[in-house]
Amino acid sequence: MAGDLIYLSVDEARDLLDRREVSSVELTEAHLARIEAVEDRVKAFITATPEQAREGARLADERIAAGAAATFTGIPITLKDVLCTRDAPTTAGSQILRDFLPPYDATAVARLREQGAVFVGKSNTDEFAMGSSTENSSFHTTRNPWDLARVPGGSSGGPIAAVAAGEAIVGLGSETGGSVRQPAGFCGIVGLKTTYGRISRYGLIAFASSLDQIGPATRTVADCAHTLGAIAGHDPADSTSAPVPVPDYRAALTGDIKGLRVGVPREYFDQGLEPGVEAAVRQGLRVIEGLGAELVEISLPTSLSGLPTYYIIAPAEASANLARYDGVKYGLSVPRGDLLATYLATRRAGFGAEVKRRIMLGTYALSSGYYDAYYVKAQKVRTLIKAEFDRAFGRDDGADGRAAGVVDVIIAPTSPTTAFRIGERSDDPYAMYMADVLTIPANLAGIPSVAVPCGFADGLPVSLQVMGPAFAEDLILRVAEAYERSTDWTARRPPLDGAPREAIVGSGV
Amino acid sequence: MAVMTAPGTTYETVIGLEVHVQLLTRSKMFCGCSADYFAAPPNTHVCPVCLGLPGVLPVINRAAVEAAMMTALALGCTIQPDNKFDRKNYFYPDLPKGYQISQYDLPLAVNGALEFAVGGETRRAGITRVHMEEDTGKNLHATDPATGAGYSLVDLNRAGVPLLEIVGEPDLRSPEEARAYLTTMRQLLRFLGVSTGNMEEGALRCDINVSLRPAGSGAFGAKVEIKNVNSFRAVERALVYEVERQRRVLDAGGAIPQETRGWSEERGQTLGQRSKEVATDYRYFPEPDLPPLKMDPAWIERVRGRMAELPRARRARFVADYGLREADAALLTESRAVADYFEATLDGDRRPERARLAANWITGDLFAATPDREALGDSPLTPARLRGLLDLLDAGRINRTTAKQVFNELLARPDEDAAAIVERLGLGQVSDDAAIRATVGRVLAENPKPVADFLSGKAAAKGRLVGATMKALGGRGDVAVVNRLLDEELARQRGG
Ligand SMILES: [Zn+2]
Repeated sequence: MAGDLIYLSVDEARDLLDRREVSSVELTEAHLARIEAVEDRVKAFITATPEQAREGARLADERIAAGAAATFTGIPITLKDVLCTRDAPTTAGSQILRDFLPPYDATAVARLREQGAVFVGKSNTDEFAMGSSTENSSFHTTRNPWDLARVPGGSSGGPIAAVAAGEAIVGLGSETGGSVRQPAGFCGIVGLKTTYGRISRYGLIAFASSLDQIGPATRTVADCAHTLGAIAGHDPADSTSAPVPVPDYRAALTGDIKGLRVGVPREYFDQGLEPGVEAAVRQGLRVIEGLGAELVEISLPTSLSGLPTYYIIAPAEASANLARYDGVKYGLSVPRGDLLATYLATRRAGFGAEVKRRIMLGTYALSSGYYDAYYVKAQKVRTLIKAEFDRAFGRDDGADGRAAGVVDVIIAPTSPTTAFRIGERSDDPYAMYMADVLTIPANLAGIPSVAVPCGFADGLPVSLQVMGPAFAEDLILRVAEAYERSTDWTARRPPLDGAPREAIVGSGV
Repeated sequence: MAVMTAPGTTYETVIGLEVHVQLLTRSKMFCGCSADYFAAPPNTHVCPVCLGLPGVLPVINRAAVEAAMMTALALGCTIQPDNKFDRKNYFYPDLPKGYQISQYDLPLAVNGALEFAVGGETRRAGITRVHMEEDTGKNLHATDPATGAGYSLVDLNRAGVPLLEIVGEPDLRSPEEARAYLTTMRQLLRFLGVSTGNMEEGALRCDINVSLRPAGSGAFGAKVEIKNVNSFRAVERALVYEVERQRRVLDAGGAIPQETRGWSEERGQTLGQRSKEVATDYRYFPEPDLPPLKMDPAWIERVRGRMAELPRARRARFVADYGLREADAALLTESRAVADYFEATLDGDRRPERARLAANWITGDLFAATPDREALGDSPLTPARLRGLLDLLDAGRINRTTAKQVFNELLARPDEDAAAIVERLGLGQVSDDAAIRATVGRVLAENPKPVADFLSGKAAAKGRLVGATMKALGGRGDVAVVNRLLDEELARQRGG
C-alpha cells in the first residue's frame, strides 16, 4: 500500500483523502518511509521534520473528518530551506544560520499551513540560493534522482530532487535567476517562476530582492496550478506583492491552445545547446504546433545580455541583504577582541566561497566610482530586456495587439544542457553561471515562465520553458498542460527503485 | 582647503545645521512596533522587521510620510513627485540590517526656508532638502565591575523609529542665529504636532557645520562638524567656543582642517575626534523592497488641508479675532500648548476684555506656576477651571486679591472648581454698604493720624485708609464701595 501512495498527484491524493480511502497519517507515513528509503542516495533534505509532519497529518485528518478540507489539507510538502518556518530551523544552506529558528512562517508557508498542508522537511539549497547545482550548500550536495553522479541543478535542487524522487507531493523552491526551472528541467519535473510580485516574498530569506520569487516544484502542471493558487496574491507584509486578483489556475487548464501564437526566439537556440537538448525542444515545439498553435520565429537579442546584467544586480542586492549576518543578533557568532575582528571572523567562518565571491562582486559594483559603470548600467540593460519582452508580447505602448511578430507566449529550452556531473563545474564559476543563461532573462524582465519536461537526452531529462506576459500565469500553464497531456514525459519516474534507466526513458526523444 | 588670512582680519561666521527629527507616530517607520520607546525596558519594542531577521520586509508607515510631508510643506519646500527609498550601507551593531533605509538622490522635498527672529529682526535661512529615514538602535557601553573589562549592549527599541532629516543651507551667521533657527524649528514641529522636539530625549538632534571666512569673501572655509550637542543652550555654547577657537587659529596664521569635533558639556569645549582612516562609502542604491513612492498632488493637498495652524498665522488671528495686543499674542503663540490652552479657556468667547483677562492670567500667574509651558496641557488647572475663575471675576463675585487665593487653591485641589472654593473659604466679595460702613467707621476711629492728615489737605493719606479698610475686610471688600463710603465718612467728619 505504502508504495502506491508515492507519486500521487494533488488531485489523486485529494480524492483518496476526501473519500477516506487513505488518511493523511497514512499518506504522510508513506512519504516518510520513502524519505527513509531514498534519502541516503538523494540527500534532498537539510532537516527532515517527521514529528512535525505526523502532527500536521493528525490535525489534517481531524479537519478532513470535520468536512473542512482545503486543497492541500493532509498533502505532504517540502520547503526549500530559504523559506522561514516557525517550527523548523531555517538555514538558507549556510553555516551562518545553521541553528536559526525563525519566530514566523513565510507568507507562502503560512497560506499552505492554513490549508492544513503537511510539511515533511526543509530541503537543500545552494547557500543563500547562490548556485546552480546545490554544490554550494554548506551541508551536502543533493544528487539527481535520474543519475546519482549528477547534480540536480540549483539552487532549489533539494525540493526539486525530493519531488522527483517521490519524497513529497509538492515542493516550494525559489528563483532569482532560474533556480526552480533549471533544476526542474534537470530532474524531469515542472517548475514555475511567477511574475515578480505574484507571490509574497515575506519570510523568503532574501538573495536579490528585486528578482526573488517563490516558485512551485511539482510533478504535473495541474499540481503547479493548485500550488500557485494556494500561495499567490497580495500580502500587506510585502509592498512588492501585487494587488492583482488570483484566478482559478487549475480551471484555466483547458487543453485548448488553438490559434495561440508561440514565439520561438532564435537566440535561445544559439547558446551552446547540446544537440540532444535542441532535438527534444524542437520535437516539443512540433507537438505544440500539432495542437493548433502557430510557431513564430522571433528575435530577442537583448536577452543575451541577461547573464552579465544579472551578475551585477543580484550580487549588488545580495551584498546588502547579507550584511545583517554579523554575529551580533542571531546565527553564528565568532567573538573576537573587537567589533571589526568579530565581524570578520564571523563572516569568514559563516559564509562559503561562492557567497563571499558574490558579496565582493556586489560590493564592488555599488562602490563609489563604479556604481554608474556597473549598477546603473545594468539597470538600464534590465529595462531594455523588459522592453524587448513587452514588444514581443505586444504590451508596449501603441503596439497593435496583433502586430506582426507579436506573440502570446514564448517557448525556449530551459537550460542549454542536461544535468552535469557533480564537481564538473565547481571550479569554473563562469561555466556554472552559464547553466542559467536561458532562464535569467525572464527573472530580469519579471515575467512568468514555466519549465515542463520534454524528453530525454542520453538518458537525462530535457525541459522546455513557456514564458508569458506579466500575470499571464494562467496562459503559460494552459500551454504547458496542453503539451503535457499529449506526451507522457511527466509520468516518467527516475530509476531509484532498481529499474534500469533505459527502460524508463526509452530511446530518448 | 584652508582660508589664508592675515592677523587682524575680520571674519564672517558661516553655520549650517542638519536637524534630525523623530516623528511622533504611533508605530515605527517600517513595522508595527510602538515608536514610543522612551523609558521602555531595552528590546521590548521590537519585532522581526526592526530586528532585521532573515526574510522580513519593510512596509512604509503612511502616517510617518504624511507627518514628513506636513513638515516639508510648513518649511515651504517643494514635495518631489517621485520619491524613493535607498539603502545606506554600513556595519554597526545598532543597525540591525547592516543598512539604513534612507533617501538619497530623490528626497521627499527640496528648496524651502525657515524664518526666525533674532534681536527683533526677522531672518531667513534656506532649507536644502528634507528626507525620511529610519532611526538606529542604541549601543550602551559598560564595564564589568568584576573584571574591569568593557562590553557593549545593544537596545533596538529605537531602531526603525521614523526620522526626518532637515538639511539647512549655510545661511546662519552667528551662534545666536543658530539657536534661534533651532528653537523656531522646534516651535514649528510642535505646532504641527509631528514631534515632541525634545532635544534632551533625542527627539531633536542636530549636527552643526561651522566655518569662518574673511568678511566679504564668497568662498567657504574648511567645514568643521560638531556632534554630540544635546540641548539648545549647548548649540549656542559650542558654537561660541568653536568660532572663537577657529578665529584664534586663523589669527595665529594657522589653518583649520576639515574635521569632526565633539562637544564636551563638562569641559565647555569642542574636542577633535579621531578621524576615520578611510572615507566611508555608503554604497547607496535604491531599496528594492519598497516600490517608488508617488506623491500624488491630490494627496499632498489633502495633507496640506489637515495641517495645523502655524505660529505666525495663529498670532495674527489672535490679534484679529480676540483683539489681543501684539505682545500678548506673541507670548501666547510661542508654544502650541499655550495657544491651545488660551483658546480652550476662552471656549469660543470673543469678547476682547475676556481675552485680555485670560491672557493676563495665563502669561502671569499660570506661567509662573508652570515653568514647563509644554506641560500646560497636563496642568491640574484645566482651561475650564480657569474659565470658572474668570467668570467669578467678571461677575464681581471676587476681587483681584481673592482671585489669587482662589487660583492657588485651584492648582492645589484639582477636584474643586472656583465657585466651590469661594464658597468653602468664604471668599465672596463684601459689597454690602452697611457692613462696609461699620468697618470704615472703626478704621477711621483707629487711625486718627491719617484722618487728620487727609483733613489737613494731604489727599494721599486716603490710600492708607483704603488699605486699612480692605485689610479689616479680609481683602474681600469691593474696592469701589470702600472708596465711596470712605469719601462719604471723611466728608462728614470734615463737615462735622
Ligand atoms: Zn518592529
